[in-house]
Amino acid sequence: MRIVCPFCGERELGEFTYLGDAKPQRPAADAGEDAVYDYVYLRDNVAGVMSEHWYHGGGCRSWLKITRNTLTHEISSVEPAAGVGAAKVGV
Amino acid sequence: MAGVQANRLANGGLIDRSVSLNFRFDGKSFSGFQGDTLASALVANGVKLVGRSFKYHRPRGILTAGSEEPNALVELRNGARREPNTKATTAELYEGLEAASQNRWPSLRHDFMSVNQLFAPIFVAGFYYKTFMWPAKFWEAIYEPAIRRAAGLGRAAGVADPDHYDKAWAHCDVLIAGSGPAGLAAALAAGRSGARVILCEEDFALGGRLLSDGGTIDGMPAAEWISRTLAELAALPDVRLMTRTTLFGVYDGGTYGAIERVNDHLPSPPEHQVRQRLWRIVAKRCVVAAGAIERPIVFAGNDTPGVMMASAMRTYVARYAATPAKRVALFTNNEDGWRTVETALGAGLQIAAVVDARPDVSAAHRSLASKGGFPVLNGSVSAVDGGKDGARKISVSLTGGARAEVEADGLAVSGGWNPAVALTSYHRGRPKWQDDIAAFVPDGAPPGMVAAGAANGAFGLGACLGQGFAAGAQAARDAGRSGKAGSAPVAEDGAFSLTPLWHVAGKGKAFVDQQHDVTASDIELAQREGFESVEHLKRYTTLGMATDQGKGSNVAGLAIMAAVSGKSIPETGTTIYRPPYVPVAIGAFAGHHRDKNFHATRLTPSHHWAAEQGAIFVDTGLWKRAQWYPRAGEKDWLESVTREVKAVRSGVGFCDVSTLGKIDVHGPDAGAFLDRVYINTFSNLAVGKARYGLMLREDGMVYDDGTTSRLAEDHYFLTTTTAKAGPVMQHLEFCRQVLFPELDVQLTSVSDQWAQFSIAGPMTRDLLRELVDPAEDLSNEGFPFMGAREVALRGGIKARLFRISFSGEMAFEISVPARHGDALVRNLTQAGAPFGVTPYGTEALGVMRIEKGHVAGPELSGTTTAADLGLGKMMSTKKDFIGRVMAGREALVAADRQVVVGIKPTDKASRLRSGAHIIPKGETPGPGNDQGYVTSICFSPTLDQWIGLGLVERGRERIGEIVHAHDPLRGEEYDVELCNPVFYDPEGGRQRG
Repeated sequence: MRIVCPFCGERELGEFTYLGDAKPQRPAADAGEDAVYDYVYLRDNVAGVMSEHWYHGGGCRSWLKITRNTLTHEISSVEPAAGVGAAKVGV
Repeated sequence: MAGVQANRLANGGLIDRSVSLNFRFDGKSFSGFQGDTLASALVANGVKLVGRSFKYHRPRGILTAGSEEPNALVELRNGARREPNTKATTAELYEGLEAASQNRWPSLRHDFMSVNQLFAPIFVAGFYYKTFMWPAKFWEAIYEPAIRRAAGLGRAAGVADPDHYDKAWAHCDVLIAGSGPAGLAAALAAGRSGARVILCEEDFALGGRLLSDGGTIDGMPAAEWISRTLAELAALPDVRLMTRTTLFGVYDGGTYGAIERVNDHLPSPPEHQVRQRLWRIVAKRCVVAAGAIERPIVFAGNDTPGVMMASAMRTYVARYAATPAKRVALFTNNEDGWRTVETALGAGLQIAAVVDARPDVSAAHRSLASKGGFPVLNGSVSAVDGGKDGARKISVSLTGGARAEVEADGLAVSGGWNPAVALTSYHRGRPKWQDDIAAFVPDGAPPGMVAAGAANGAFGLGACLGQGFAAGAQAARDAGRSGKAGSAPVAEDGAFSLTPLWHVAGKGKAFVDQQHDVTASDIELAQREGFESVEHLKRYTTLGMATDQGKGSNVAGLAIMAAVSGKSIPETGTTIYRPPYVPVAIGAFAGHHRDKNFHATRLTPSHHWAAEQGAIFVDTGLWKRAQWYPRAGEKDWLESVTREVKAVRSGVGFCDVSTLGKIDVHGPDAGAFLDRVYINTFSNLAVGKARYGLMLREDGMVYDDGTTSRLAEDHYFLTTTTAKAGPVMQHLEFCRQVLFPELDVQLTSVSDQWAQFSIAGPMTRDLLRELVDPAEDLSNEGFPFMGAREVALRGGIKARLFRISFSGEMAFEISVPARHGDALVRNLTQAGAPFGVTPYGTEALGVMRIEKGHVAGPELSGTTTAADLGLGKMMSTKKDFIGRVMAGREALVAADRQVVVGIKPTDKASRLRSGAHIIPKGETPGPGNDQGYVTSICFSPTLDQWIGLGLVERGRERIGEIVHAHDPLRGEEYDVELCNPVFYDPEGGRQRG
C-alpha cells in the first residue's frame, strides 16, 4: 500500500502508523463522562469508505486525515490535520 | 556411470553439450550438461524413480517440467545449505550438485515405510480427526512423533543458513510476468512506447513454451524470433529482463513481490554475493503473461513413474534432448496433446498408442498414426501397471465398453490447460468458467493489472502474441507513455478442441493431488461426509495444500467434487487464491535483518568509554545500556551493584541517562499545551526550574512520566521514559496537530542531540566545580533543588544543568551536545578521580529508585492510575487535561484499588522476587483472595536486605500489616510486611541539601 503524503509525496506504507477512525471529536471540557466515554471507546466498524488518522512518523511527522475504503484499501483523499505545519504567528 | 547419458538424444535441445556437469543423486554419480535442470539430467540418465509419496510412500517419478511439480522433490545440497523440498524440475544443474530423495528409509528403492500402503484404508481424508481422538496425552507422546516420521517431506538443515539474502525495491511503468510469446510481445510493445519495463521470468531461459513447442512467428522459427526480440529489448533504454525471478504476490497500490534466485544455480554464492533477493516492485501497470498449466486426468496408477504431463514430455525431448521413455503412449482429451506425438516421432521415439477421449480425431492425426504405425484408441486410460521401475502396461476402456491393453514405458497425459489465474485472483478475485476450454479464466484483476495470452485463456500462438502486444501497448499508454508501439508479431493459431474429462473410474488408487496423496475416492468420501464446500474439501482432504499449492491438481479436484455432488464446476467454485505463488524462503523475507542486524542498535554517547571499562551491557529497546561495571575480584553482579550504590550514597557516582526521550517544546502556547497533556500544571513553572510531570492516556490510565524544565518563557525541555520516547512524541504531535490545532506550539525531538549524565552523591558539587566555569554558582542558593539552566563549562562549551534526583541523593543531571558526550565522560572520570567517582549502571540506578520508592516501568504498567502510584494529588482540578474525565470513573477511584506500597520480608535474610502474589496472612491462596503482586525488587545495600514495591489492594492503609507472598512459579512461600514505599530518606533532606 502507498500513501501520497501532501508534504513528502508518494511513500510506502511502512513509513506510516495507523491510529484509527478520525470521526470522533474530543468533547469539550464540560461535556460530561458519557460524551468522553463515547469518544474514547465507541468506534464504527466500517466496511467501506472511512475517514482515518495516520501518522507519517517515518517522514515529516505529520498527522494525516485519510479517506480509505476498508474493503479495497483505495485511498481517495489525504489531508493534513488542522494543526500541521509551522508556527501560527499572526493567526 | 558418470558420463553415460543413455537417454540423451544425439542432437538438438537447448543444452550446451560442450559443458559437461557431474552431479550425484542419492550418492550415485551422473553427468548432464549446462542448460539442464536436475530433472532433465535425471531423465537423460534414465532415472525414473525420484521420490516416495507423502503418506503412502508410493514410488514416484517426474510428472512435470516446472514449478507445478508435485513429486520430484529433493533435498538439494548438504550441511548448512541443505534445502528440503526443492523441485528437481526447476533446480538448475551445476558442477558437483548433490541431491537426495526424501521421505524414504532405508533407501529410495527399498522403502520400509511403503508398508503404509497396506494400511491405506485408514489414511483416508480426515484420518487425523478420526483416528487419534483419545487419549489426548497420546497425541504429543506417540501419535505425532510417529506420524511425523512416517509422513513427510525433506529434512531442514537444522543449522543457521550461511548465506545472505537481500531485499530491494524497484519501480517501473509496466511490469510483466512471464516471457512466453505473450510476455515478450507485451515487453516489445511497452518498451517501444517508451515505458520503463520490468519483465520477470521464473525460468533461467526466456521464451516460455516457445522453448519447448517452437512454432513460426513473423515467418521465422520461434528460436530466431526470440533472439531478435531479445536483441531489440536489450537496445531499448529502460527494459529490464529478470530471469530466475518469480512474481509471487500482488499487494495494495500496485506493489508486487518477486523472488530472484540470484545464485541458486551455483553450488554456493560467490563471495560478497547474495543467494536470493526479495524484490518489492512498484508498477503503474502489470501484464500477467504467466501462461497456463497442463492438467492431469485422474485414473488408477496415474502416479506410476513414467506417467508424465504431455507438455512436460515435449519439454524434456525438445528443450533438453532427453527421452523419458522409449515407447510412449499418449492419453489426451484435446488437440494440444497430439503435439507430444509429433515431438516424440521427430525424436525417433516409438509411439505405442494414442488414447483420445474425444469421439472424433482429425484426418491429419489419423494419417500421422498410420504413417507412424500406431493405433488411435477412442476411450480412456483406466489403469497403469508398473512400479518403482516405471510403467509397463496401460489398460484402456474403449468407447463402447471393450477393453484394450497397451505395452508402454511412458504415458503422456493431457487433460487440457488451466490458465495461471493466481496473480489475477490474489485480491480475492474469483476466476470465471469458460466452457470452450473447460477452464477458469481471470474475471477482472487487481487495479492496474491485466492478463494476456494463455493466462487469459487464449491458447493459440497468434492470440498470445496479439493479446500480449495489445496489453503491453495499452499498459504503456495508461502509464503515460506515448511512443509508437509499431505492429504486433504475427503467428497462426493452432486448433484447440477439447472434451472435458477429469476422472476415469477404475480399480486402484487414482491420485488427484500427488504431493499430498489425495485420491479421487478421498474427495468422494469428503462429499459423503458433508464436506462439499470447496474450502471444506480443501481442508478436510488437504487437497492443494502442499508446496505446489495444487497448481496441477485443484481444478481436477473441484471437477470430481462437482460430479459427485451433482453440481456444475462453476457452481462448485474455487478456493481463495493466496500468495506466495511459489514457496519463498523466510530468509529472503528477513534479508539482512538477522542476528545482530535484526534491528538497529543504538549506542549511548558513553558507550565506547563504558566498553573500555568492561561494562556489562543490557538491551533496553534498541539501546545498549551499561548495566554494571564489574571490578577485578568481584564475584557476581550483586557485589558490583552493591559497591556502585554505596559509592553513590557515600561519595559520588555518575550514570549515562541519555536514553531518556527528549523533546523541545517551543512557542507562545507551550505552557498551555503542556497543561493539557500533563495532569499537573506547567504554565506556572518559573523559567530556570524543572518539575516532575505525569501524563495519562485519554482512558485515565498513566501513560508516561518525566521531568520538564522551563529554559525560557517560550521554551520547555521535556523528558520521557526511555521506552516511551517514540510513542510520546507521536502522542504529543497528535495532541498538537489534531486535538489542539489552535495552540501556537512546536515540538522537536532532540533525544539523540543531547548526551545526558546523572551525577549523584554527597560530593556531586565538588566534582561539578572541577568541570563547570568557576563563575557559575552551584550553591544551594545559587542553584536550588529543581533548578534548571544553561552553564558554561571550563573551556567554554555550554551545558545544561538540571538539579533533579532519581537516586535520592544530592544530584545534578548535566547535558551537552551529543558529540561532546564521550569527552564529558572522560573528563568526569579524570576530574572525579580525587573524589573516588564511580560510574554506575542501570542496576544501581534501579536499586536507588526502589530505595526511594520512585515508580518506573513495572508500576507504569498501563493499568495503574495516578492515585494508584501515590501521585493522585498531582491531578489538577483547575484545568482540563488528557485523561481527566475518564480518570474519574467509579472503578478508577474505588477505595479497594491496588496501590503502590513498599514490601519487605519479615525474615530479613530472605530474598524477594517480583511477580509473587500478595494474599492475606493465614489464608489459602486462590484467585478470590489475590490482593496484588510484587512489581519491583532489589537488594538494598543501604538497608542491607531485600526490599520491593508492589501493587496491593488498599496498600497504603495497611502499612505495617504482615501479609503472605505466594510465588507458585518458583514454589516459594513467605511472609512480608507492607511498608512505606520510600525506604530511604523519606523526608528528602539529602536531595535538597
